[in-house]
Amino acid sequence: MTWNDIIYLLPEIVLTIGASVLLLVPVMGSRGAGLSAKWMMMAVLAATAGSLIYCSHAVENIEQSRQLQAMFALDGFSIFFKLLFIAAIAMLVMLSEDFLAEGRYSPWEYYSLLGFALCGMMFMASGVHLITIYIGLELLSLSSYVLAGFYKSELKSTEAAMKYFILGAVSSAILLYGISLIYGVCGSLNLLDIAEAMSMIVTNDALMFGIMLLGAGLCFKIAAVPFHVWTPDVYEGAPTPIAAFLSTGSKAAAFAIFARIFYVGLHDFHLEWNYVLATISALSMILGNVAALTQDNVKRMLGYSSIAHAGYILLGVISLNALGLRGILVYSVVYVFANLGIWATVLMLRRHQYAGERVDDFEGLSHRAPLWAFAMIIFLLSLGGIPPTAGFIGKYFLFAAAVQAGFGWLAVIAVLMSAVSMFYYLRIVVAMYLREGIEAEFAITTSLKVVAGVCLIVTLALGILPSRMIDQVVASSSQIAAHAALTPHAGR
Amino acid sequence: MGILNIVTYIPLIGAIVILFFLRKENGKAIRYTATLFAVVDFVASLYLWFNFDPKGTGNAMWQFRYVREWIPSLHVQYDFGIDGISLLLILLTTFMGIIAVVSSYQAIDHRQKEYYILLLLLQTGMIGTFCALDFFLFYVFWEIMLVPMYFIIGIWGGPRKLYAAIKFFIYTLSGSVVMLLSILALYFFNDDGIPFLNIKGLGNAPTFSVLQYHNIGHLIPPTLQFWIFLGFFLGFAIKVPMFPFHTWLPDAHVEAPTAGSIILAAVLLKMGTYGFVRFALPILPDGTRQWLPWIVALSIIGIIYGALVSLVQKDMKKLVAYSSVSHLGFVMLGMFALNPMGLKGSVLQMINHGISTGALFLLVGIIYERRHTRMIADYGGLARQMPVYATLFLIAALSSMGLPALNGFVGEFTILLGVANRSIVWASFAAIGIVLGAAYLLWLYQRVFWGPLDNPANKNVPDVTRRELGLLLALVVLMVWIGIKPAVFFDIIEEPVRYVVIKVDPAYFDKQPLTYPPAAPVVVTAVETTR
Repeated sequence: MTWNDIIYLLPEIVLTIGASVLLLVPVMGSRGAGLSAKWMMMAVLAATAGSLIYCSHAVENIEQSRQLQAMFALDGFSIFFKLLFIAAIAMLVMLSEDFLAEGRYSPWEYYSLLGFALCGMMFMASGVHLITIYIGLELLSLSSYVLAGFYKSELKSTEAAMKYFILGAVSSAILLYGISLIYGVCGSLNLLDIAEAMSMIVTNDALMFGIMLLGAGLCFKIAAVPFHVWTPDVYEGAPTPIAAFLSTGSKAAAFAIFARIFYVGLHDFHLEWNYVLATISALSMILGNVAALTQDNVKRMLGYSSIAHAGYILLGVISLNALGLRGILVYSVVYVFANLGIWATVLMLRRHQYAGERVDDFEGLSHRAPLWAFAMIIFLLSLGGIPPTAGFIGKYFLFAAAVQAGFGWLAVIAVLMSAVSMFYYLRIVVAMYLREGIEAEFAITTSLKVVAGVCLIVTLALGILPSRMIDQVVASSSQIAAHAALTPHAGR
Repeated sequence: MGILNIVTYIPLIGAIVILFFLRKENGKAIRYTATLFAVVDFVASLYLWFNFDPKGTGNAMWQFRYVREWIPSLHVQYDFGIDGISLLLILLTTFMGIIAVVSSYQAIDHRQKEYYILLLLLQTGMIGTFCALDFFLFYVFWEIMLVPMYFIIGIWGGPRKLYAAIKFFIYTLSGSVVMLLSILALYFFNDDGIPFLNIKGLGNAPTFSVLQYHNIGHLIPPTLQFWIFLGFFLGFAIKVPMFPFHTWLPDAHVEAPTAGSIILAAVLLKMGTYGFVRFALPILPDGTRQWLPWIVALSIIGIIYGALVSLVQKDMKKLVAYSSVSHLGFVMLGMFALNPMGLKGSVLQMINHGISTGALFLLVGIIYERRHTRMIADYGGLARQMPVYATLFLIAALSSMGLPALNGFVGEFTILLGVANRSIVWASFAAIGIVLGAAYLLWLYQRVFWGPLDNPANKNVPDVTRRELGLLLALVVLMVWIGIKPAVFFDIIEEPVRYVVIKVDPAYFDKQPLTYPPAAPVVVTAVETTR
């Protein structure tokens, strides 16, 4: 690694320094200034984004730096995801303001942990080496465990953190075991080398076992059935902004590594793993959507719905074609923005820690805040995949990929389940519009408004005029598509 | 600009104007603005009527084309264009749009602003669906329609409105998402195929253009056509609704406000039949033939079952709703006779059903506003109390059951001719349906309007107001016009029907006996999709 290689890591370095400084500020004495902590965090994020954009222009050809690429790649794919992560974290910072203003917990630690989690996510997006990916994942996970238990005095929050930690640690171990088996067979941890080694292997039980364990660990991170049980409990128990973080940013990072590992590293064993993943995907869609039908707690409902969405995204991995890869990118964006908008609404209705989480709390929202209720409809329609929202474009890609890859039966399950999902999304709409509500107070703060506004604009704009985003996605995913030898219009 | 865009988006502009410039307390201004935009939209659609060239064939059959790039990276185009079938349906939509808006003046007394916005949005969605010649665009409009209708039923509906609204939404959505998969299968077949299933594609430039699929449809292997047709069938049959998929309809109709029922019956149900005649038949000739026995059987069951269930209804609105199941069965049966006569009758009957059933729903709504009951048993002898209303109801009922000189007769007669040409057995079943139709409507009429006026609550019911009379007279004029001069309408759909028949059965016109005027050969060339 030479000095010149530093430039690849510049955004991560900036972010790490920023997050460390945030952690040190209260030690140096200016404790309790919540607002300034927020703005400092925003400044760190802005600097990270700025340096990332700078790097993406300064790096001419990413393929050239083979040495660094053995561990870490700054390619279109990772830049796309990193920008998405930074945007998501910036919005989460805005969402957290109220929650931190209650003042019982230190905003500095909170933001700093969020920063480290972001750093982990960025390493995951850039990792082309299983160790880099693993370390990124652990950095993200450890920060998330702490954040999930941030209501130190609340039993529910502690319980959620504990569950999340134990299951997360087990899954990390499984993941690591899978990685070591793959290393044993392939002799390398670099994804390109693994792919090369695999192309020589016809069949190998140890390798199959390794892939299975690796897949299981990853499925835990994206909360796919049967590794999903933690999701509703953790979402319900964790502080609402952290539940929002776990269901959006953290999940998108897991999607990113899922895509990269399977598209770059394991594509030669496609026929071995695709039916397993297809089963997992089908189960996730069915169980997630069906379980969400009966939930009265919005956070639990969103938890189950996020299980279902993991199932949809897996369609993109299973189909292993250019459309599927693009679908993963598009859907990640769509999902993050629509979900953050919904979480912003949940936070707005939050009156006292856990209040404002039941579906009934949405009653009469159309009278009390008509514009907000309208935005909420758009977010829900987007998650349900109804045009003209962005969700439809995302679902279109994934369904099209599945059909092209010949997984017609899976696509049928997916579309029917997305119709089922409208059933519980509409429950919220029913509460907002079709029932007369109680006159309860709620706090619409400026930062919540900004987040909901941004999410609304993005969700509608990507639904009506998606061309630019799709072009960007095509460009960003082209390299990985090339690795996996995927031509734009043919599956394998 | 493109006249089709103007017709499509005038209601949307109206909705935006109401949203931003009118206060929700000002009900009067909202109502009049909505009416204004509905009327302007109707006038704009009349421009289409007067400038439409019914003689256009081949590419010239698709008129007022407006083609632009929309999402180039997905090969999606913004492609608008209409033929005679779409033209009639668009006119029906804009016309019924006015009826729906004006008929809501008194019926809707709360949340008026939202109501008229949704009604106008719904109209944009419906017109867009009829104009779209790109599958992606079509699908977008198709789904957009669901949301306003869901709210119209859900907010302003009757006691079980939530149940009805969700049932409507989920049912229709389930069908249309499966249809989306069929569209995708077509897309990949036109492109590179589905290697995994060993389906070879044509290798054409990827596109969603409907006209392109019209041209390549016959190249699709029969097994694939079978499955693609199934997807389309589910999407459209739920919307029609055909027999086993009809259960959402009575609920939606009974719970919806009057205007919602009018639009639902007059236009939304036609989406399904329109989908068959525009997409399923011309694109999938083999699939059509494979599914024909099933669809014919379901149509016949629908005709008889709908009529029998109508006979026993105690609720007027439910009776009219089930009669729709029966009438739409006719439309489907005529269509699947797959000859020009049956198809022409089927298309005309779509319009007729919209007018007659729309009128019946309006009439039921009028009496409901006065008495707040729709139970047939609560009425009797109304003819004495409301003579004008009784007369208009009689005309609408006669039109619906197919009395000569009114529109229903022309449609049903043509359908029967076409069907009998194909199979006399089918035609006999259809004839039973017509007899039953006369039975339930006349029996309804007898129970409501004749006999002694013995319910004291009916003693002081006022007759129709001038506003209601205007609406009903407009509908009656249309019924009579189509009834005595159907040639005007048949001319418009002549070419599109011939087009569909040739797509389904290219040799059809060669096989005909010499008594038919010899058919001019129709040359279908590759479709130019960009301009």
